[in-house]
Amino acid sequence: MIKLKLPISEAATRELKMGDEVAISGLMVTARDAAHKYIHENWPEWLKPIMEGSMIYHCGPVVKQHEDGSWSFVAAGPTTSIREEPYEAAVMEHYKVRAVIGKGGMGEKTLAGLAKSGGVYLHAIGGMAASLAKSVVKVHDVYMLDELGVPEAFWHIEVKDFPAVVTMDSHGGSLHKSIKAKSDEVAKKLIFG
Amino acid sequence: MFQYDEKVLKNQLLELIRLAATDLPVDVVESIKAAQQNEDEGSAARSVFGMILKNIDLARAESTPICQDTGTNIYIVHIPEGVGMRKLTALIHEATAEAVDKSYLRPNAVDSITGKNSGNNIGEGQPFIHFEEWDNDYIEFKLMLKGGGCENVSTQYKLPDVGLGAGRDLDGVYKVIVDAVNAAQGLGCAPGILGIGVGGDRTTSHLTAKSQLFRKMTDTNPNADLAEMESNLLSDLNELGVGPMGFGGKTTILGVKMGTMHRLPASFFVSISYMCWAYRRHSMILKDSGEVSYD
Repeated sequence: MIKLKLPISEAATRELKMGDEVAISGLMVTARDAAHKYIHENWPEWLKPIMEGSMIYHCGPVVKQHEDGSWSFVAAGPTTSIREEPYEAAVMEHYKVRAVIGKGGMGEKTLAGLAKSGGVYLHAIGGMAASLAKSVVKVHDVYMLDELGVPEAFWHIEVKDFPAVVTMDSHGGSLHKSIKAKSDEVAKKLIFG
Repeated sequence: MFQYDEKVLKNQLLELIRLAATDLPVDVVESIKAAQQNEDEGSAARSVFGMILKNIDLARAESTPICQDTGTNIYIVHIPEGVGMRKLTALIHEATAEAVDKSYLRPNAVDSITGKNSGNNIGEGQPFIHFEEWDNDYIEFKLMLKGGGCENVSTQYKLPDVGLGAGRDLDGVYKVIVDAVNAAQGLGCAPGILGIGVGGDRTTSHLTAKSQLFRKMTDTNPNADLAEMESNLLSDLNELGVGPMGFGGKTTILGVKMGTMHRLPASFFVSISYMCWAYRRHSMILKDSGEVSYD
């Protein structure tokens, strides 16, 4: 298990290889479908200090607001990442984001982007919402809650020992690509004999 | 005349929602445990199943959602003659909004034009409620939560399909199902459970597929041809090697449930409703006495 502390340098994420298990601590931000569309249309300055050297978590949490107005995460597993494929490479490069965390992996455009910006794709276990919410120790802030709603807002969170696996690295390695290639072969045999 | 106390029923419905969101049904948990035992010692698949099982226990113990995507809430309600549907719909809505307040459900209803989240999980067509009258003297509420990830990999084919060499027969049906599961990979939170609808029109084909997901994991299809096909598909699809969450392994699919509907001569649809391993469904029976039981 490799411990990663945020913010993290490009050199540190470049060292990571497909299959590495990591535990992440520090500040990161959630962003999913509506957030990525918003970024791509606006490229807001205010996101720079939040994103630089940090990680984006593809997650739409179940949250609880306490009487003092503060928030906590109740359920917070990853959402399917491939929907951000049109945007992610550009977002990572623009804001110097070192990693994205999600599930299901991403495509060729993101894989090429990781090679360029030295980032990694980290896989969290989908449906592990109850356990992963425990790794979110504090909700620091939330941005655009009214505009985007609870699942799609930018939640600025502090995590401790958040578990994930490197499934795409900056050296062209992609677990998703290799599993797909094998299953394509089997499917071909089953369908065409 | 069937009678019930509205406030009491609203709370009973809230409990049904809590159970559906936080307590994975026993038949599903048993199936996941068996799949874990079948994976190699020390494999990634076995370890992923371990984490999944730990999460299931934690969610039940702490009454928190198993998955943050509490999905489309699908209700099938069976009512005796004379029970009003509008009142029950209103009570389901009331319980839904309260479940959001209690963090059992995520506000999941987004206006498709404005992008605005309604904030209480209620919107056009959400929750989805389907009523059927029956001969029994009690009400049954069936509830399934189906997340967006697995709904996105669900799909529909029309036969013949030239590219797959799939004709208008069960062999053609088999081929498109293999194609769909291969395309899904781990994106719908594998291992999945497949509800298959053969026949019908565009709408009823999908409805048949989804309805199959109310069956128990361990049941046997009463149609012998379909029972055999379900069993063959289950073993063949697990050769794909996608594994839990797409990490590779022997378990790609946990179950296949097939149903049919008569079709038009011109149409031959096959619908595949992919359910993630977080296969959340519970039911509640309400008797005229006010007594309820949950399954």
